Amino acid sequence: MDLKDKLLSSFLAFESNVDLDNPVHEVRSEAIKNFENRGFPSKKEEAWKYTSLNSIQKVDFSIFPKKESTLEYKDIKKYFVHEIDTYKIVFIDGVYSSYLSETTHDGVDVCLMSAALTKPQYRQVIDVYFNKVASKDESLTTLNTAFSKEGAYIYIPKNKMPKKPIQILHLATGNEAALLLQPRNLVIAEENAEVQVIERHQSLTGNEVLTNSVTEIFAAKDAIVDYYKVQNDVNTASLIDNTYISQKDNSVVRVHTFAFGGKLTRNNLNFYQNGERIDSILKGVTILGEKQHVDHHTLVHHAQPNCESHQDYKGIFGEQSTGVFNGKIIVDKIAQKTNAFQQNNNVLISDKATVNTKPQLEIFADDVKCSHGCTVGQLDEEALFYLQSRGIPKREAQALLMYAFANNVLESVRIPELKTRINKLIANKLGVSLGFDL
Amino acid sequence: MAYTEEELKKELETKEYEYGFYTDIESDTFPKGLNEDIVIGISKKKEEPEWMTEWRLEAFRVWKEMEEPEWANVHYEKPNFQDISYYSAPNKKPKYNSLDEVDPELLETFKKLGISLDEQKKLAGVAVDIVMDSVSVATTFKKTLAEKGIIFCSISEAIQEHPELVKKYIGTVVPQKDNFYAALNSAVFSDGSFCYIPKGVRCPMELSTYFRINQAGTGQFERTLVIADEGSYVSYLEGCTAPSRDENQLHAAVVELIALDDAEIKYSTVQNWFPGDKDGKGGVFNFVTKRGLCEKNAKISWTQVETGSAVTWKYPSCVLKGDNSIGEFYSIAVTNNFQQADTGTKMIHLGKNTKSTIISKGISAGQSQNSYRGLVQVNSRAENARNFSQCDSLLMGNSCGAHTFPYIETKNKSAQIEHEATTSKIGEDQIFYCNQRGIDTEKAIALIVNGFSKEVLNKLPMEFAVEAQKLLEISLEGSVG
Repeated sequence: MDLKDKLLSSFLAFESNVDLDNPVHEVRSEAIKNFENRGFPSKKEEAWKYTSLNSIQKVDFSIFPKKESTLEYKDIKKYFVHEIDTYKIVFIDGVYSSYLSETTHDGVDVCLMSAALTKPQYRQVIDVYFNKVASKDESLTTLNTAFSKEGAYIYIPKNKMPKKPIQILHLATGNEAALLLQPRNLVIAEENAEVQVIERHQSLTGNEVLTNSVTEIFAAKDAIVDYYKVQNDVNTASLIDNTYISQKDNSVVRVHTFAFGGKLTRNNLNFYQNGERIDSILKGVTILGEKQHVDHHTLVHHAQPNCESHQDYKGIFGEQSTGVFNGKIIVDKIAQKTNAFQQNNNVLISDKATVNTKPQLEIFADDVKCSHGCTVGQLDEEALFYLQSRGIPKREAQALLMYAFANNVLESVRIPELKTRINKLIANKLGVSLGFDL
Repeated sequence: MAYTEEELKKELETKEYEYGFYTDIESDTFPKGLNEDIVIGISKKKEEPEWMTEWRLEAFRVWKEMEEPEWANVHYEKPNFQDISYYSAPNKKPKYNSLDEVDPELLETFKKLGISLDEQKKLAGVAVDIVMDSVSVATTFKKTLAEKGIIFCSISEAIQEHPELVKKYIGTVVPQKDNFYAALNSAVFSDGSFCYIPKGVRCPMELSTYFRINQAGTGQFERTLVIADEGSYVSYLEGCTAPSRDENQLHAAVVELIALDDAEIKYSTVQNWFPGDKDGKGGVFNFVTKRGLCEKNAKISWTQVETGSAVTWKYPSCVLKGDNSIGEFYSIAVTNNFQQADTGTKMIHLGKNTKSTIISKGISAGQSQNSYRGLVQVNSRAENARNFSQCDSLLMGNSCGAHTFPYIETKNKSAQIEHEATTSKIGEDQIFYCNQRGIDTEKAIALIVNGFSKEVLNKLPMEFAVEAQKLLEISLEGSVG
């Protein structure tokens, strides 16, 4: 039985575990129908031209884990940014782990999607926001919608800000030979609210894991949302991350994606600007080796005047890795005075690495400033020579240059401890210890 | 100021197609529709050898299995391929040796187009191979060229007289099954130009052809084959104007360039097919496959000025097969009213130390949609490949669109690729600056557009540069205030 059929039949089993009278279930039933019609995307589709899901579909994934697993905090501490105090929402094999988590209802809601979807006090919010910005016809998103049950639910009311950042950690223990996880997150920042979220997916063993995650983010007027994605998984873990962001007047949303690992990672990052004077910031650092494959697929839809968007993606590709960047900027006819910038720089450090990049502009308004730039190149020989002539070994010199190349993406990270952590990951990934304090 | 914005807009909209007239020449036209008999019929009509007929049939069989491409960013009513006549030739055969023998009505047409043959002969020093409704009518300067060993004739003549060259090269760069329109062209091409420059010869003059669609309901399927042998050089010009017609006309040409070791080909196009009227009615569908192959140290340079056609689907490409070969693409695409253009290039880097440059300037006005679509591919064995791409778009008015779809695929670490694109409009401060110095708005726009396109205009041969500049002015003046 192929994966699609398995998923379709599992939906029946899934239905026996949820409340069918809940209005959310209508959304689910609609979504499974859409998924049934579309199936998994193939390479023939323009959006999936450079990324194949064939190998994933051959794996016999468990859709509902049979055993419950427990983990000790000391074993997983390193996957947190533990230097700072944060709220934590931890899932083990897709199941919420209360003793590892720290949630709150003190002025803001940092809790669980399962609660939000079922409890009446959240009904109003769910009606307004759930599945409202996520695509209703993109097949992997509809697949997630159909099975949406658990994930993080973050609601920040007007003029509030949580006391500390929020970390979402998804752990896979390897209790199943192959596990499919479909977390569903909802982040809402009401007027003039602010929130910082760090999200990480981590597999703890060499067993196959596929995560098909959907996150919806709503930023109301004057809201500020910072979302950091740390992707440094093992080589048997694949991630399809679908993030949909809806922004209102004067809001600022920054999404940083740090893609350092995993077998196959696909980031669908979609920004919809539904107001004026909005700023959207998309930044990414990708450092790959082995046979890893990362595909960044971004969309910024400028639908109102006087908005800005800034994209900056840097990639370093070694060994047999493949990097894909597909960035699309759409400027509607009424979105005059838009400033949209897109930058994608890549360095290939191995003969067998591949980079495919496709920065697109679709512009229907005339009074705009839009530009995109994209480069593929190598490290500057002269700069390398300069460093070597000062007694820095070649390997370290290369790492220094690569670090400098990726560094300006990190400048906009607003949690210092996270920045330090990312710096360490970069140094680690480049296989050196940089001789200065990061 | 002489014009207000409104007046300028109005004038532009009502500006009728200047070359829209129709010459009444009796044509020898095939019945509408396409089947194997028609393909064989065309081949017979041209008195072609059997291998050519076979080659056409092979293409036709492939075409039948293919589907029209839909990936381009253009929307139009698909032509009914069974409602087109696939062959039409000006009646009075055989060919003429001097201009006196040419049908006076035909000469009149050329005069209206401003390409009077005798004038061209004397003044421009350009050998003109005029293609009017698919059959080459007159070829000039043939003798001068023959002395150098250069062959410049219609492709049907080449099939008769130089079958070994045609057989060796036709379909090597654009195979019959390359794409839907190339397959269609391979099956039914009626005529086109053929050019062969022998080893080490530098062609002393610019070679040029003028294409023109004349007969109502006839599709034009041109086939051009240019071969530059080792160490040779040729500059080839192609220009088009077509008469006003309400029915959409189909133009599916194939151009193949072959630059052998150390050779250089410069191919320039000015395309001004009928773009349809201000309501988007009528106009030519221009679905063209152009591709060049570079051997060692060879260079192919494409320059195009696209101002016409209702729908353009055109990607002049370079396959940089030989080491140290160079590919260049310089393009200006102007769209106005309801025109749609999806154009760009492909640079395929296969050899070592290959270089390519892409400069594309898109200008959209009215309700038009202008897309750049390009591919830069560096294969794993293409050491030290270098590419520079620049795509700039200028938007005039708020009802048009400019789109960029660059694809960059790199499989070699020594590659250096740069791509940049910008979209903007003509700055009010720029216009104000000109006004302030006594230049009226209309002239200021012409000035700014000219400056915007300069990099590409400079690449055109003299004769074309003047014509191109004029075309830009006609297409754009007054489209914004």
